[in-house]
Amino acid sequence: MTEYNFAYLDEQTKRMIRRAILKGLAIPGYQVPFASREMPMPYGWGTGGVQVSAAVLTPDDTFKVIDQGADDTTNAVSIRTFFQRTAGVVTTTATRDATVIQTRHRIPEEPLHEGQILVYQVPIPEPLRFLEPRESETRKMHSLEEYGLMHVKLYEDISRHGHIATSYAYPVKVEGRYVMDPSPIPKFDNPKLGDMAAIQLFGAGREQRIYALPPYTQVVSLDFEDHPFEASKANHCCGMCGATDSYLDELIIDDAGGRMFVCSDTDYCEARQAMGHKGKDAA
Amino acid sequence: MYVAVKGGERAIQNAHAWLAEERRGPTDIAELGITQIREQLSLAVNRVMAEGSLYDPDLAALAIKQARGDLIEAIFLIRAYRTTLPRFGASEPVDTGIMACDRRISATFKDLPGGQVLGPTFDYTHRLLDFKLAADGEAPNAPSREPETGNVPHVTEFLNREGLIEEVPHDDTPPPDLTREPLEMPADRALRLQALTRADEGFTLGLAYSTQRGYGRNHAFVGELRIGSVPVEMDIPELGFSVEIGEVILTECETVNQFTGSKTEPPQFTRGYGLVFGQTERKAISMALVDRALRWEELGEDNVGAPAQDAEFVLYHADNIQATGFLEHIKLPHYVDFQSELELVRKLRHEAGAQQVQEAAE
Repeated sequence: MTEYNFAYLDEQTKRMIRRAILKGLAIPGYQVPFASREMPMPYGWGTGGVQVSAAVLTPDDTFKVIDQGADDTTNAVSIRTFFQRTAGVVTTTATRDATVIQTRHRIPEEPLHEGQILVYQVPIPEPLRFLEPRESETRKMHSLEEYGLMHVKLYEDISRHGHIATSYAYPVKVEGRYVMDPSPIPKFDNPKLGDMAAIQLFGAGREQRIYALPPYTQVVSLDFEDHPFEASKANHCCGMCGATDSYLDELIIDDAGGRMFVCSDTDYCEARQAMGHKGKDAA
Repeated sequence: MYVAVKGGERAIQNAHAWLAEERRGPTDIAELGITQIREQLSLAVNRVMAEGSLYDPDLAALAIKQARGDLIEAIFLIRAYRTTLPRFGASEPVDTGIMACDRRISATFKDLPGGQVLGPTFDYTHRLLDFKLAADGEAPNAPSREPETGNVPHVTEFLNREGLIEEVPHDDTPPPDLTREPLEMPADRALRLQALTRADEGFTLGLAYSTQRGYGRNHAFVGELRIGSVPVEMDIPELGFSVEIGEVILTECETVNQFTGSKTEPPQFTRGYGLVFGQTERKAISMALVDRALRWEELGEDNVGAPAQDAEFVLYHADNIQATGFLEHIKLPHYVDFQSELELVRKLRHEAGAQQVQEAAE
């Protein structure tokens, strides 16, 4: 066997995945079961995202892959190479030029535009999983819109710590109906989920679930009136490009534990540097 | 000074080149051939076929070679390959009653029609290292006799004639396909058995063992264990009848379990069932015990909260390819999540510290 079908998966499988995607788009935030396939990369390493990307990619697409916001992290490189090999699509690191962006743990800083598709890799699609381990129970809770347990958990956080102690994979409510896990993006990214111009697709391979947000969907991060949701990030600016509005990675730069902060979105940071912006640590 | 990390691509290529070199090992030692693995490490090949859900000894041997002997990695290679294969159709159900048995034993009857056949078993070998094997040994030669021909009746059928064991109603409903439909709960027995036959051997063994030690106990006898080859037939629509397309070696285990009756069922023996590709005896027995434990509901038994009784727990965690992938994914970068946790912990500590200072001042 030397030749694989375009984007690896056979057409029947892609059709099955597209059906799940369409159903997901029709019921925003609802987790659609799908017959996830074994992929040539391990479960938990983006097989859901890869299957969704394979189902939506066309030969004319321009593909970008990020992991932790960066184009050059090892798993992003691996997935990009996979589609270069199996689909022969053009790839890019520029957010605005990409038509399909597969991501793990971040939403790009630059606002996405209509016609783009953002594909999230999802490890645990069930926002109620760590409150109730049983799938049969959580599905019932979703169908009955029984989200009291989640509010109790958030309330207990506040009473114990003074804050909601969830900093990533922060749960959201979609169009006033389904509580959804936005994948482990930092809560800093949560406000970008709502009212987005691009299509957002979420693929969980091992857990066999797909869900979706059509463009301009209302997405609200769960909170309380007296404890409103707050998107947080490190209180610094980027050492390389000086950005004050981007999500930052913290790096340890010497043996004495010296630290610096850099944009996690590598494309955003490089584009700003190319425009002449300079942070305090830039050469 | 910080320079943004680049070159992940080259690092990956180099790592893979190193891996390939390590796999081959020193070139002054002869390379291991696929046929050697297939014929001399056949129990490893069998496990890879069973848990990879693909009956092809050559491919399984190749996978073992490529995986450097890591069987779960080899199973993964087989699964990833299998999923790309087109489906031509489904075979007729195989008939284990006409199995050409290499091994067939019953722990419940001393003798039975067809006799007890030990076959090539480790049982009763003394586990002493055979240092002769380390030298170039002669090819061993076993005595042989004419094989038994004809049908080999299942031991449980004899119990069935007396009505002492539960009746399993004949059912021609096509079973669900775990590899083509998402696993959803509740899972019927056909689906559970399908998941168990490709389940991780170690996990299944551990669960089965737990039932023996009291976590959902239902004492099991090996009613029968048989290993041998069965013909696989497929219905060819153009011909209008089924033709034999090959043979597979299977291990089948039927357990006979104590059952004192429940509100809905009379006292009788009950069944556990295991059927696995290849000579995979430990797995087939484990499968039969776990199958029986999972049947508590249909037999009207109490759920004592044992792990082996919990279908969701068992089926969602039995697949070693899913498990190993998710387990090992924590090696991937998590800078972003970790950063947000850092911020949160710093904030909580800062506030806790401020509170202490204030309390001290008061």
